[in-house]
Amino acid sequence: MSPMARTAPVPAATDPAIIRNFCIIAHIDHGKSTLADRMLQFTGVVQARDMKAQYLDRMDIERERGITIKSQAVRMPWEVDNTAYALNMIDTPGHVDFTYEVSRSLAACEGAVLLVDAAQGIEAQTLANLYLAMENDLTIIPVLNKIDLPAAQPEKYAEELANLIGGDPEEVLKVSGKTGVGVEALLDRIVRDIPNPVGDANAPARAMIFDSVYDTYRGVVTYVRVVDGQLTPRERIQMMSTKASHELLEIGVSSPEPVPSKGLGVGEVGYLITGVKDVRQSKVGDTVTNLARPATESLGGYQDPKPMVFSGLYPLDGTDYPNLREALDKLKLNDAALVYEPETSAALGFGFRVGFLGLLHLEIVRERLEREFNLDLISTAPNVVYEVTLEDKSVATVTNPSEFPSGKINEVREPMVAATILAPNEFVGAIMELCQGRRGQMRGMDYLSEDRVEMRYWIPLAEIVFDFFDQLKSKTRGYASLDWKADGEQVADLVKVDILLQGEQVDAFSAITHRDKAYAYGVMMTSKLRELIPRQQFEVPIQAAIGSRIIARENIRAIRKDVLAKCYGGDITRKRKLLEKQKEGKKRMKMVGRVEVPQEAFIAALTTDESKDKAKK
Amino acid sequence: MPGALPLGDPAPADGLLPPQVLDGVGSRHFGLYVHIPFCAVRCGYCDFNTYTAKELGGGASQDAYAETAVAEVDFAARALEASGLPPRRISTVFFGGGTPTLLPAEDLARILGAAVGHWGLEPGAEVTTEANPDSVTPESLQLLAEAGFTRVSFGMQSAVPHVLKVLDRTHSPERVPQAVQWAREAGLDVSLDLIYGTPGESMDDWRTSLETALSYGPDHISAYALIVEDGTKLAAQMRRGEVPGIDDDDHAAKYELADELITAAGLAWYEVSNWSRTPEHACRHNLAYWRGDDWWGIGPGSHSHVGGVRWWNVKHPVAYANRLAAGESPAAGRETLDAGTREMERIMLEARLGSGLEVDALDAVGRHAVAGLIADGLVEPAAAFKGRLVLTLKGRLLADAVVRRLLPE
Repeated sequence: MSPMARTAPVPAATDPAIIRNFCIIAHIDHGKSTLADRMLQFTGVVQARDMKAQYLDRMDIERERGITIKSQAVRMPWEVDNTAYALNMIDTPGHVDFTYEVSRSLAACEGAVLLVDAAQGIEAQTLANLYLAMENDLTIIPVLNKIDLPAAQPEKYAEELANLIGGDPEEVLKVSGKTGVGVEALLDRIVRDIPNPVGDANAPARAMIFDSVYDTYRGVVTYVRVVDGQLTPRERIQMMSTKASHELLEIGVSSPEPVPSKGLGVGEVGYLITGVKDVRQSKVGDTVTNLARPATESLGGYQDPKPMVFSGLYPLDGTDYPNLREALDKLKLNDAALVYEPETSAALGFGFRVGFLGLLHLEIVRERLEREFNLDLISTAPNVVYEVTLEDKSVATVTNPSEFPSGKINEVREPMVAATILAPNEFVGAIMELCQGRRGQMRGMDYLSEDRVEMRYWIPLAEIVFDFFDQLKSKTRGYASLDWKADGEQVADLVKVDILLQGEQVDAFSAITHRDKAYAYGVMMTSKLRELIPRQQFEVPIQAAIGSRIIARENIRAIRKDVLAKCYGGDITRKRKLLEKQKEGKKRMKMVGRVEVPQEAFIAALTTDESKDKAKK
Repeated sequence: MPGALPLGDPAPADGLLPPQVLDGVGSRHFGLYVHIPFCAVRCGYCDFNTYTAKELGGGASQDAYAETAVAEVDFAARALEASGLPPRRISTVFFGGGTPTLLPAEDLARILGAAVGHWGLEPGAEVTTEANPDSVTPESLQLLAEAGFTRVSFGMQSAVPHVLKVLDRTHSPERVPQAVQWAREAGLDVSLDLIYGTPGESMDDWRTSLETALSYGPDHISAYALIVEDGTKLAAQMRRGEVPGIDDDDHAAKYELADELITAAGLAWYEVSNWSRTPEHACRHNLAYWRGDDWWGIGPGSHSHVGGVRWWNVKHPVAYANRLAAGESPAAGRETLDAGTREMERIMLEARLGSGLEVDALDAVGRHAVAGLIADGLVEPAAAFKGRLVLTLKGRLLADAVVRRLLPE
């Protein structure tokens, strides 16, 4: 048993030899945050009485969903063999939408704790992140968590982990974040197994940004890992990708509240404050150097975040449009991946076309807009980005189905992803059926253990943004897990299906689908709308069309009677009040041509039954 | 269970009206509605304020009701005078219910007599009572005519026994021609009320009812789509699935048939649910409701309107009688309409009339909507060009939708 460190190493004056930088790779629900909390407590950086459950997850939504969106870094002292070490725990996002952020967090570490639920085994996203860590040459410490659970099968899953990383099942640590069992041994292992960082203390400063967070009071707080040289307060620093320079107002470490220091040296992890207000000026993956003595080469690996999924966001109440703009502007300060531009829909009015990293990102942004900014929103069905080449060889990038070119089209390219699915082998058939139905091509299949398989598919992104995960879960009784990453594009026979109400195209309902699925979409949408739109004073045909060709049609018969038979002396007040109510109701109608469509119809038509859960992977 | 009263402002105990009711009083007719809150049985579809017990107690009992109603007539005369309204003779009186003819004709005559004593009748005034075909005799009708009644409106509803049964109507269909004949002999104009769209009523049933009613040669017909009000026995039966629900398309088809047959018989529509043999046979009392005239409603639950002030009496006959016995207004609540609300009511009510609505009196939104209404076949083009907005047959069936399009945004 190691005691709590009696004296903690001082930032800016810490020998790299006593620094250990590590992260925890885990699937949501596998107990990462609880374990992290326990480490904070055992190392003494957080007193038991200050402990909030899941201390590191700051945002309400994160705490509610039990997931980590933004990573943080905490410096913890720990003593082994009478030497006090500085352990930097870099928290990583656990979700597929944030793969890039994960990769930057991994790049800041020398080692990773692979944390797996002893009752569930490894999940697809964890496996993907593990592979990423191994590619980065990180030292992996395999750990089974929740060994206190009655359903835990530590032997079985220790075997699985050992197979994956090529070790001995005996080396797999068994802990319980809940009771604290094994946590001290894990801290010891981190010190013993993970290599210390190496860098040139005399070289020009180079530090990699692995996270960037907007704080209302302090502006952007940037988390860095120093590779070479030293960063000190009041000096001027430069961002190597943009060449922008800022004064370092404050520098320090989190433990876990920010503690200013005299600087950060080789191998150290901490935060910077420069007074900038927008996380775009402090981009994840960028290299920070000293303006007066700049490094010549950046650390590399920087990428601009690329939105993969788009959706139109519209305020239910049109007068909320300026509020939505303001809210997006504020969210953007803290979310470098959020892109949006104004968009007008004939059906939904003024709104924004918003780009997201993935479906979870979409759900989180939408929820934050509704919760933190009190907005009621309609969002259109999510779609991907298409490259459309016309016959004249000009190329259009389509992020909104209603902008799909109507002229002669040479070819349409759609983004593809490499998907990995882990599941018990009894579901292989069901998964193959699902993936083939979604135009997926199998790329390979391996047994992880006796009864668990890893299946790899190349599949259009468009096919997985809509209810794929729910289908996968329901076909495998919840056992399958999914991971994907962007992987090129393909030419496909894609068409735009328009929905017309009384001959008027309703832009919000246009969709780009594979030709073989166009009819099904048309039938589904027209019959759904027939149920949702009330009868009007005239007949309303609802059609689905590809170009000028009608592929499905429904009819809403004209209403024939809308009159109160009796209206005598005693009825007048009541009748007038009813009329006033109907007039109010009319204000909540959206006009499509002459057709009055209740907002509820739009919401219901654009909402799939599973949309609330589909992002909760 | 009778339907609920509207929510409104408190009404003063002395029944005094604000000075605004004096504006334009000279151009408004004055009428009287008298509610008789008794029936022999309650019909399954009825949500009117009516009671089947003979002995509600005190001034609310059937025997004492005439005296209680006269007390309100006296109260009305005092309150109108005290409010500064000039004396006006009565243009129209309408006894409704309930079943007014459940009271002895002498009682109805006495209430009418009290009103005439206060205000007098205009020459040619219209005095109507509703009646059940089986609650009149040649003698009672004769007596009413002698007391000043000019018109009787029979609740015929249907000529088809199985339809009458669903409606809980107790009269036998053969009784109707007899009652009409007696009314004719007493010198009274005759109106027949019909109801269509009763669960189980076929198109042929409805045709039978219309043809039968027309064969009696009435001066006036009212035909109402059945409205199933919450709280009625019929609503409960529908909820339990014991009778089929209401189908608006069926209602529409039956309205069209009604208009076709009634018009072919020589009557013309003058309001969405009303047809008359000549314009003079239109129910002037009801027209007064739709044209914003003044009337005082006597009886529990009755509504009144004087110069933009509407009020309504307490519902229960006992509470009503107690108020009057204490010398207080029986009003439960009232509302004072502002100019915008009066305009809205005017459009809502006049659009239902055969004489139509003056196009020039509409605001810009309303005037702008007229062209669209013509294009949709809801409004008569010829009348519109002459400045009147008159509904077509299709427009009458969609009158509420038309009104919504005419109202200011």
